[in-house]
Amino acid sequence: MATQYKWLAWRVAVFLAALAPLLFWSWQVANNAAGPEPGRYLLLNIGIGALWLLLFTLSLTPLAKLTRWKGFALIRRQLGLWTLAYATLHMLSYALFILGLNWALLSSEIVKRPYIIVGMIALIGLAVLGATSNRWAMKCLGKRWKPLHKFSYAILGLVLLHFFWVVRADMQEWAMYAAIAALVMLTRLPPVARTLPKLRYRFSR
Amino acid sequence: MLIKIAKPSDLHESDVTPESIYLSRRRFMGGMAGLGAGLALSGHARANADYSDVPESSAPEWLKEKISETQWRAITPSNPEKDKIAPFDDASGYNNFFEFGTDKGDPARHAGSLETQPWSVVVDGEVNNGGRFALEDFAKPTQFEERIYRLRCVEAWSMVIPWLGIPLADVIKRADPTSKAKYVRFETLVDPEQMRGQRSSFSIIDWPYVEGLRLDEAMNPLTLLAMGMYGRELPNQNGAPLRLVVPWKYGFKSIKSIVRISLVEEQPVNSWQQIAAEEYGFYANVNPEVDHPRWSQATERRLPNSLFNTNTIDTQMFNGYADEVAEMYAGLDLRKNY
Repeated sequence: MATQYKWLAWRVAVFLAALAPLLFWSWQVANNAAGPEPGRYLLLNIGIGALWLLLFTLSLTPLAKLTRWKGFALIRRQLGLWTLAYATLHMLSYALFILGLNWALLSSEIVKRPYIIVGMIALIGLAVLGATSNRWAMKCLGKRWKPLHKFSYAILGLVLLHFFWVVRADMQEWAMYAAIAALVMLTRLPPVARTLPKLRYRFSR
Repeated sequence: MLIKIAKPSDLHESDVTPESIYLSRRRFMGGMAGLGAGLALSGHARANADYSDVPESSAPEWLKEKISETQWRAITPSNPEKDKIAPFDDASGYNNFFEFGTDKGDPARHAGSLETQPWSVVVDGEVNNGGRFALEDFAKPTQFEERIYRLRCVEAWSMVIPWLGIPLADVIKRADPTSKAKYVRFETLVDPEQMRGQRSSFSIIDWPYVEGLRLDEAMNPLTLLAMGMYGRELPNQNGAPLRLVVPWKYGFKSIKSIVRISLVEEQPVNSWQQIAAEEYGFYANVNPEVDHPRWSQATERRLPNSLFNTNTIDTQMFNGYADEVAEMYAGLDLRKNY
């Protein structure tokens, strides 16, 4: 019983931690502390937040293999859904605060800015994964569920491409995220993936 | 001669936004649920600019004196209702100055490390009267003018800013160019100790930042060498102590913290052209008909805006200065020479 509460507390803590940035940014906007273009402030921060969440989500499996701590596996679905939520808010910020719901402008912008298309594909991918993350869908999909959800790595690639196309001058920030993403993907390569549990034994001895 | 300042306090009472609306303008209203309420409150931008909220000047005495002798409101927008001066905090808190980082807030955060006194400017190249000048002597011969210009960034946002400075034409006349001088080339300071952006090993800018103008563009009466804004000296993040302002061109042409002005025979390769020639050209005239490859230039977001009012307006040819500058480009294919 006590352990059950412990895991519940852990999940609630993760939930609050994922919610906190959204509250903070909203508070900044409400207090005129977000600069002269508050819509863009939300757009960029939420976008980077979505990337962080995606990287966290994808690093849970390798972390679980390394440590065998149950807590990582327990929050995987939640963080995946948070990634979807942030990505959706990112897109909504664009539609509401940058386009001002001017759909005519959207159609011309989409043609001119390939990164919007790439971002939309990534968002649709996240939505598909989100919709198939419940128990019922897992049962229906059976063996196909796992290969389907491996697409999250392809989505990470799309997100980085989306980000890459927006950068104007300094690649430092992008390069940092790309390096973390490369590391996360590296841990899923079969030879590396096999080694992770062995590393754990080495640490524990 | 001292000309009476048109004080912002001369505004009519009707120009002032009621405080309740001002305070609630950007309120986020608890996320998406507040959309309707936000729409109702978002119509009004901030009340017209007021220098009383501008931080106290810490300029050296000579600059304070120059500023006190300014010809105020020498150039003002023809439609001041539409072109409202941006609040000082926005103009000084939201900048592109990659020498101090790529985030819009980075310059305000990090430009404090720039030492602007003493400052000297080298004038060289195809001139008879070149040399290195202390900024004080460089500024001395010409009266300051206050000019309220629209500033259109290539990223499709814009602000209205009151600059203080001297026409570049005066400086060039003093330098006495030779017949070989066809272009003017400008250089920003290089000092990684003071400019942290220049220490980034991932930067794709090859320092120093370089800009250039054709000689006739440089001699155009609108072209300004600014040493102040909002009735005081330039904040470091806005390009202190000396920057260019070319209001009919995209903002990146208006090079900051200038240390060198050279009259040259060949067209200079400006930094952005060097980085991405297919995206940024030498001319960089504001032109709603020629898009950036990654976004439209047909409209711009006039800042400050608010969450539910993007304040999007149509971009004007030459940023609305066509009457003064269009003639210089007669016969030039502006689609090719973007």
